[in-house]
Amino acid sequence: MTIFELFALPAHDDSVRRALAAALVLCLGSAPLGVLMNLRHLGLVGDALSHAILPGVAVAFMIFGASLWPMTAGALVAGVLIAGFAYMLTRITRLREDTSFTFLYLVALAFGVLVIHHSGGDEELVHMLFGDAFKLESASLMLAAGVSSLTVFCLCVFYRGLVIECFDPDFMQAAGRGRSLMGLLFFALMVINLVASFQILGTLLALGMMLLPAIGAQFWSARVDAAMGIAIVAAMVSAYAGILTAYSYQIPSGPAVVIYLGAFCVISVLIGPRGGLRNYLTVNCGGAK
Amino acid sequence: MTHNAITLEDVCVRYAQRDAIHDVSGIFAEGTLTAIAGPNGAGKSTLLKAMAGIVKPYRGRVTIDPCFTNSVAYLPQAASVRRDMPMPVLQAVCTGFWGVAGERGCIDAAMKAKAAMALADVGLEGYENRQLGELSGGEFQRVMFARLILQDARILLLDEPFASFDGATTAKLIQIILRWHKEGRTIICVLHDLLLIRKYFPESFVLAGKCMGRGHTHDMFEQKLLSYDLDMAELHTGIDNHRQLHHHDHL
Repeated sequence: MTIFELFALPAHDDSVRRALAAALVLCLGSAPLGVLMNLRHLGLVGDALSHAILPGVAVAFMIFGASLWPMTAGALVAGVLIAGFAYMLTRITRLREDTSFTFLYLVALAFGVLVIHHSGGDEELVHMLFGDAFKLESASLMLAAGVSSLTVFCLCVFYRGLVIECFDPDFMQAAGRGRSLMGLLFFALMVINLVASFQILGTLLALGMMLLPAIGAQFWSARVDAAMGIAIVAAMVSAYAGILTAYSYQIPSGPAVVIYLGAFCVISVLIGPRGGLRNYLTVNCGGAK
Repeated sequence: MTHNAITLEDVCVRYAQRDAIHDVSGIFAEGTLTAIAGPNGAGKSTLLKAMAGIVKPYRGRVTIDPCFTNSVAYLPQAASVRRDMPMPVLQAVCTGFWGVAGERGCIDAAMKAKAAMALADVGLEGYENRQLGELSGGEFQRVMFARLILQDARILLLDEPFASFDGATTAKLIQIILRWHKEGRTIICVLHDLLLIRKYFPESFVLAGKCMGRGHTHDMFEQKLLSYDLDMAELHTGIDNHRQLHHHDHL
């Protein structure tokens, strides 16, 4: 296949167009959100949360079959429940937040896999775990567009508060304005974005589209807003390339997109100007020349 | 007429099934300058956080006079803030305008000039465009103090504000605190330096899990609740006894 044919693919096939549209639109909200998650060291919590939605999806699948809204609702309910449990465990026992999330998500993931295995088959399981962007209904596309619009809107309106909350959460509490609302808003955005992106990337990789662009972007800029812009561009390019590759070689879309995002991170670590390998070499080996 | 800026009624705060502070009561009148003193683990920072609304007491009540509810500023210990946040110093200091500017308000040139002045007040002239990550611990704590200046609050809660400062910087910041005191602001400051307490803080609140005593600093020294040779070890035994007693209550 020539490069031209690869780029012309969307013109021929409706399913590719849908997949691309959904993935690109999700990048707009997920990538900047990932920058904030990264700043708040919420990577592990997000990871846990993205796996924890599986049992919700699985139970909905068992009862209603593979239809969008019940599965989305199931994912939302499972996400909120697991987060609530984790929060309670942290408050009343000796477990730390990340430990209680890890504990709950492993159990939830195992439970979800068993339910899907029981009611569906291995094919469904692979789709849910790793995503299948080429089977998107129009409704999924609308969900992705809706979630992304809401996220971008909230990020624009509450940007300052969200950034201050990353920097110094106690400050917001003590200052009296926006008391604890920012934390809640941030969490809600995180959950709906994970739920919306699980159809494309699957539950196992849903977080990739959020965190990987952010991890790479921090090597390029010392400003939060600029890092968000870089993360969005990186996420969109990777999503585009990943989905076309997945289509041409008949591989699951989730891993394909994540591989490209991973490549972006590796390049950033190697040649990014801020705190990357290049920096290390200049500082530590510069004198030896 | 002076208000009671902060009123504590039997405040208990619990971390992981253990009381950090137990039945602490007290009144902080408007315009007072109070030091909270006590041994390590006495719950000083916890009490301050409870007053700032950052931790919720599981029993008892913290009441802030309605005149001041939106005018409380809290200076954390540096450890609780993200020091590697990708942000220039000026921006970090300007977060102090959150109370007036909020989400949409513009940070104009006059405000930026004010921020630069606050930086100069704490001895960080020309640091505006440095990245937070490049600062030393002491410099970072001074940035936090500059932000506190911009918050222009009526009630100030400071947690070990001088912990990472040398004598010259401490003297400078003490002057700022004394100026605030003259302006009639209410200042509550967690401190372990008895010399500073004795010299500059008219009121003291001695804490060791519970309130051991409060009132004029002079009286606290008279009653040997604060003492240079006590080393606060005796108070500490006080906490352990108290915890054991409390434990028996539950059995």
